[in-house]
Parts: sequence; structure tokens; C-alpha cells
Amino acid sequence: MNLREALRIPSADVTEESVYRDRRRVLAMLGAVPALGIAGCSEAAPPASTATITPEQAKAGFSTAEELTRELDATTYNNFYEFGTNKDDPSNAAKTLRTSPWTVAVGGHCAKPGKLSLEDLIKGLSPQERIYRMRCVEGWSMVIPWLGVPLGDALKRFEPTSKAKYVAFTSLADPRQMPGVRSPVLDWPYREGLRIDEAMNPLTLLATGMYGKTLPQQNGAPLRLVVPWKYGFKGIKSIIAITFVERMPKTSWNMSQASEYGFFSNVNPAVDHPRWSQASERRIAGSASKLFAERIPTLPFNGYAAQVASMYAGMDLKKWF
Amino acid sequence: MRSLILPKTLVHLAALTPLAILLWQMWGEAKGFSNALGADPVAEIEHRLGLWALRFLMITLAITPLRQLTGWNVLVRFRRILGLYAFAYASLHFAAYLGLDLRGFWAQIFQDIIKRPYITVGFIAWLLLVPLAVTSTTGWIKRLGRNWARLHKLVYVIAVLAVLHFWWLVKSDLREPALYAGILAVLLGWRAWKALKARATAKVKARSVPAARA
Repeated sequence: MNLREALRIPSADVTEESVYRDRRRVLAMLGAVPALGIAGCSEAAPPASTATITPEQAKAGFSTAEELTRELDATTYNNFYEFGTNKDDPSNAAKTLRTSPWTVAVGGHCAKPGKLSLEDLIKGLSPQERIYRMRCVEGWSMVIPWLGVPLGDALKRFEPTSKAKYVAFTSLADPRQMPGVRSPVLDWPYREGLRIDEAMNPLTLLATGMYGKTLPQQNGAPLRLVVPWKYGFKGIKSIIAITFVERMPKTSWNMSQASEYGFFSNVNPAVDHPRWSQASERRIAGSASKLFAERIPTLPFNGYAAQVASMYAGMDLKKWF
Repeated sequence: MRSLILPKTLVHLAALTPLAILLWQMWGEAKGFSNALGADPVAEIEHRLGLWALRFLMITLAITPLRQLTGWNVLVRFRRILGLYAFAYASLHFAAYLGLDLRGFWAQIFQDIIKRPYITVGFIAWLLLVPLAVTSTTGWIKRLGRNWARLHKLVYVIAVLAVLHFWWLVKSDLREPALYAGILAVLLGWRAWKALKARATAKVKARSVPAARA
């Protein structure tokens, strides 16, 4: 069966959700195996229960019953300017990215800085599946099943000091592997940042996979950030450095156009981007044709207000957009 | 007259081809046998229709310089068709924005037009195209006389607004809109240069003619 035929299957013919979820869980475990292999098989078996989401977790925002974006759409419609500025550039050009071996330098205000292999960075942390909505600042959104570890769990091991008020992230910017870096579309390398409480929030995920598989290059392999209540560009891809800092770090889009992209960039229907209304969004999800799909209203904090709004209590979100 | 039937038919066919391809892909998307429009077909449809409107605008503006360079006066007979296709694609572009993109969120239109500079200029460009399309008939050309040419100079303003519309909508990679800005600069620059030269010759003539008679 070719891809086109596969897309034509009516949703009723598709594997039942419980079975699908189980299959995904198995795949998730398979995904964890190579990493453990490289790490020296220090653990007998990958934890089994973490990939399925319990009702409690779902209530905590770690999952949603909304229709998933098709894997084909989520892996061919990407903003990853290191590989070009068209949506299909990354999936066409990113195969050249070598994701193994991969090292991440963790430093700044912490007791245990270090340069670690990706495997060591996430070793011993339980991989989880999180189904999150992702809202792009351009006015479209997806629903994606991510695999990864909570960022906070990974960061705590480095024992950040009281001076660590923010966390800064840096992407790889290698013109030999990333053709887009050869043009000065942004000030490379791509930089992002979070306030320490945002980084420690249980929703914030350090993702290594999606759809039960290892992360594809175009989606930010081998390691990316997923911050579901913020616009998609906060989810920095192909991370090579994490630094604990005292002052609000520079971020790429803010450096490029400060009037349009703030540091926080929380999804907020009440604060418009100068070029796009943020009141509504086009949802790229489900198996039905998206040609005549209606827009849907955008929710404050992308629908995660219950989990995150308290972090911004007392802040003027029109000023701190 | 009759000899132009074939080339005119070819121009129509060529101009309708991008639309035919798009409709076929939309049909495929609606029926589920094609994914040619990608993950966000609405954005792709809008973008493609807008791009063709801009391209036809540029081709229409290229007629005069081409005629002057080659001496093929017959080219001017294709200008009206091409201009009308620019209007047709611009109208479909606007219709897709209203009918596909903003579906269910009609109230957003007014907010968009007023608040987003790129939508404001795009909308003005389309509005200005309307009187040009309406007065494109032979009857109107006769009725308006010299004013027809004056009115249709609006196309220069429209082309600038259209390029600006594209320029402002791009997030950070300006290479594609810059290409169209460059083409437009050449097309308008040619006219400006011609006009300056014509004025200079007129001045020389104005000075030299009486002297020669004397």
C-alpha cells in the first residue's frame, strides 16, 4: 500500500485507539532501547508504564482527546530555518544532520556543570509520552504526541544555584550540515530561553521523539524543547547548550524583531502579533480534509492556563508578551 | 484581427493553467487522493493565488518595455487580457482568504484590514484594481478618452502595494519578495528613464526649433 492509499483509509477502518496506544507504547519502548544500548545497557528494561497517559495526567494537561495531527503533516510542515525558510525545506534538507554522537554542554550557575552525551543527559529519567497542542505564531496549530523527559528533572541533576534565574538554550548552527545557516535570515545560532520556573514546570518537555519514534531531523532531532503554552518558536530544536543564567537571555526572534516577538511569547488571543491576529487558529489535525475546516478560537496559554497561569500572576501580559 | 485568435487562445490557456492545476489539487485534497497542497492547504491556496496575481501584474507591466525594446507593437493587444487575469487571480486570492481562511470568523476581517498593514495594503491594491477592470472594455476606453490612460496609471501604485503586501507578510526571509521588488524596480525604472529622456529631447527641440526657423 502506498502513501496515498494509506491516506484514503476512512478513520473507521483505522486501528482502534486502545490498540494504537498500546502499539505506540511498544514503539516508545523500542525507541528507548538504542539509547540505553549506547549507555551500556545499565538498566535491564525500559520502564513500561510511562508511555501511556493516565486519566490524572490527562487532567494535568499531559494529554488531550483532540484529534492528532497526521504524522506526515507534522514531519513535512516545519519551521526550522537552519534548513530553509519554506515549510517543506526541513523535511527535504535535514537528512544531512548527523544526530549521533551528540553532546550537550550544560553550564552557568550550577554546582555540577558538564559536557554530556545525549544518552547521559537523559539516562535514568523516565521517558514519557505527552500529547500536546502546538500553536504557531503564524496562526496554525497541531496536536502532536511527543516522547521525552520533563526538562525540570533533567536540569535538577546539575544543581542550579540561587543565581540561576533563567535558562538559556542554543541550537547547533553548522553550515556544513545545515544549508539555511549560510544565509543570514536570523542571527545564528538560534537562541531561546525560559525563566527558571517555566523550565521547571512539569509541562515543559525535553523531547527526543514523536509518534512513538525517534525525533526526525526536521522536527529538531535529537533533542528539542516543547513548551506547549508558548508559541512554537520557543521550542528550540537540535539543542547543543543549556546554560543557567542570572539575567533574561537573548532569544533569536526577539533579536530579529523585538516589537513582534517577546521573551515570554505565551499564547495569548488578547495580544495580537502585528501581522497575525492571535484570536483564532487553523488546526492542522485529523484525517478529514482541511480544505473547509473552520478556524477555532485560540485559548489563553494555548488551553494550559490551569497549569501555568499562576506563574504570571501580577504580570501585565500585554507588556510582557 | 483574425490572425490573433490562436495566440490569444494560447495566452488564455497558459493563464488558466495555474488555476486548473490548483483546482485539480483542491479536488484531490477534498476527495482524499492527493496531498499535493501540503499540511495547510488553505495557506498554500492563498499563497499560490496571490503569487499568480503578482506575476500577472508584473507580466502586464512588462508589455510596454518589451514593445519598446523589440518594436513588436502587436504585444499591446495582449495587455488587457493579462491585466484582467491579474485582477482575476487577485480576486480569487481575496475570495480564498474570506471563504476558506476566515470561515466562521468573519468579524476578524475588519480587524485584519484595519490593524494589519500587510492586509491593509493588499486590500487597497485589490480595491484599486476594481475600477481598472471595470473600465477595461472598449466602450469605457472611448468614453473616458484621455482620462482612461490617466486612470490606468493607477496600476503603478497597485504594483507597489502588491509587492509591499508580500514584503510585510514575510517573517524574516525577504529573498522572494525582494525578487519581485527588483523586477518591479526594473519595470518602473525603465519608464522613468524613458520619461526623463523624452522630456530632455522635448526641451532640446523646444530650444532648437525656433532657432532653426529664424
